Amino acid sequence: MSTARAIAPVSSAMPGEMVLDLRGLRTEFRGEGPPAVAVNDLSFTVRHGETLCIVGESGCGKSMTALSLLRLVPRPGGRIAAGTAMIGGRDLFTLSEPEMRAVRGGEIAMIFQEPMTSLNPVLTIGRQIAETVMVHENVPWSVCMERALAMLRAVRMPEPERRLHEYPHQLSGGMRQRVMIAMALACRPRLLLADEPTTALDVTIQAQILDLIRDLQEQTGTAVILITHDLGVVAEMADRVLVMYAGRKVEEAVVDELFDAPLHPYTRGLMAAMPHLGGVGAGRMRLAEIPGVVPALTDMPEGCPFAARCGRASAECRAAMPPLEERRPGHLVACWHSGESPDA
Amino acid sequence: MGPYILRRVLATIPVMGVVAVIVFLMLRLSPGDPAAILAGDQATMADIAAIRERLGLDQPLLHQFVVWVGELLTGDLGKSIYLNRPVTGLILERVEPTLALSISTMIFAILFAVPMGVVAAWRAGSWVDQTIMGLSVLAFSVPVFLIGYGLVIGFALRLDLLPVQGFVSLWDNPVGFARHLVLPTMTLGLVYMALLARITRATMLDVLNEDFIRTARAKGLAEPRVLILHALKNASVPIVTTIGLGIALLIGGVVVTESVFAIPGIGRLTIEAVLQRDYPVIQGVILAVAGVYVLVNLAIDLTYSALDPRIRF
Ligand SMILES: Nc1ncnc2c1ncn2[C@@H]1O[C@H](COP(=O)(O)OP(=O)(O)O)[C@@H](O)[C@H]1O
Ligand code: SF4
Ligand SMILES: [Mg+2]
Repeated sequence: MSTARAIAPVSSAMPGEMVLDLRGLRTEFRGEGPPAVAVNDLSFTVRHGETLCIVGESGCGKSMTALSLLRLVPRPGGRIAAGTAMIGGRDLFTLSEPEMRAVRGGEIAMIFQEPMTSLNPVLTIGRQIAETVMVHENVPWSVCMERALAMLRAVRMPEPERRLHEYPHQLSGGMRQRVMIAMALACRPRLLLADEPTTALDVTIQAQILDLIRDLQEQTGTAVILITHDLGVVAEMADRVLVMYAGRKVEEAVVDELFDAPLHPYTRGLMAAMPHLGGVGAGRMRLAEIPGVVPALTDMPEGCPFAARCGRASAECRAAMPPLEERRPGHLVACWHSGESPDA
Repeated sequence: MGPYILRRVLATIPVMGVVAVIVFLMLRLSPGDPAAILAGDQATMADIAAIRERLGLDQPLLHQFVVWVGELLTGDLGKSIYLNRPVTGLILERVEPTLALSISTMIFAILFAVPMGVVAAWRAGSWVDQTIMGLSVLAFSVPVFLIGYGLVIGFALRLDLLPVQGFVSLWDNPVGFARHLVLPTMTLGLVYMALLARITRATMLDVLNEDFIRTARAKGLAEPRVLILHALKNASVPIVTTIGLGIALLIGGVVVTESVFAIPGIGRLTIEAVLQRDYPVIQGVILAVAGVYVLVNLAIDLTYSALDPRIRF
């Protein structure tokens, strides 16, 4: 199945051009007691046409990172406490709410983990896609519906004319995720945030959806931040990988480098927990496979947050937070002992 | 859809049948001689005998029932004992005020309650939410007649802005009609508004936590569109159900409100009939009210599928 160039490339972007430059993001939840720091001093960049994978166990702050970029952190309670996010020469975190609405679904679009519940059950598929076009491009409704149809074709939806008038409950999970992708790409975003887009789908459908995302990315040049806890997905999709632990970046490298020479004990643990890199779904991580628990976000230790679970933890590790350092070209890691060989 | 509507319409027949049986037995099974009850306190033996014969009360029960239902089906609800006039006519004369009051109450309640509930849910926990919910508890816990007398004293007696009592037909004087309805509508509507606002808030709170609301915001939609098109449409089935149930509550409230404001409607007719033990009128009113209630619920059921495409019959 091949797709004609159904959708136009992202305009005004050069190959390799920086799309997003995030620095020092801190996202907190406040309640009674000390704030829970869901994302802590996180920085990264994404370039045009690039796929950055963010990996980490459940609860490490992946979704909050993505929602922070849209400024849709759950309220009340959640807030972006620090950071800058430069996109198109502006800092997202200082935009007014109307400016931010233009960014959401326009420059940055997001697809979610739960295709079954992420579409509105009482509105037709066509209307939900067309609505996005309408609010961003202010064109007549008929044009929006035409775009919706074109997008359904672009995501290889079977019988797109009929689907346009159907409701989400009439579609399978895989088809709903196609609709989410169609909706997300309808306004040619510069950046697509995909938060575990295949986790809820069965394995064959997962592979189809990942293929689709990659094909559409090649056509449009959209930068993609793909969030996953599946190293199989990472191996398949990523250009670059960012490993998160307890709200922090602990390692970042180009994909081959990371798989060939993981430096952080946590990353090594994740890889050891993965039976083989046989493909999508083969590398489902389960928390139990790295013994120990993540420290509470409200009560982070002084030193390395991984110390309680780390076989190499020393007094130094417990005393002070290891800084992120570039151990090899383009390969960042936050670990006091990452320079030593893993067997030492 | 067509067969469903037909089935739902047919399903109202047994319901009305049961109501008819109960209403029929209400008189026949009450202690004492029905003819004596119908004849009233001042009747002579001859009057009672005449009534017994006229109504066929000396016939077997089943025979009486068949005759009675046959008359009902031709729109004949019998004759009032006191006024000696057909009950159907008496009810029709009193329909306008009651209908006007009920409809204006519903409109008033919905118009205020739904936006209040939506805003309260949207800003859940804020002072706006707390104020709205506080007021609704208050409106809910104060008896209807107290609200009524309070409004009368404030708006009608002290400020002299609105008429104290009575009713004017829409056809005679539209302005007078509206002015006479304001206070009764507020009296009757406040409780109902409180109920509806609470249900709207609770339902909206659930819906606003749904994933598709986050999707709507992630698409860049403005809040009014998120709240009304995406959230309220999903919350509409429980809200409309409450509106339907509220009509049952309204029926009790109408009786009280009509007496407080001396409105010559069905409620007043009912009270008069009960005080005079005018059984044919009581029976007629019960049948008419039950009929309206069944029809309203039928209409509500039929709107569900228009509101939510997952509901198909
Ligand atoms: N609504 C919320 N209120 C309080 N804390 C939250 C809320 N949502 C998420 N968190 C916290 O933020 C942390 C990161 O969550 P999340 O980004 O969803 O993790 P994941 O990496 O699994 O996507 C979680 O550990 C959780 O404790
Ligand atoms: S800093 Fe120490 S505790 Fe933390 S990951 Fe490295 S070796 Fe383990
Ligand atoms: Mg998540």
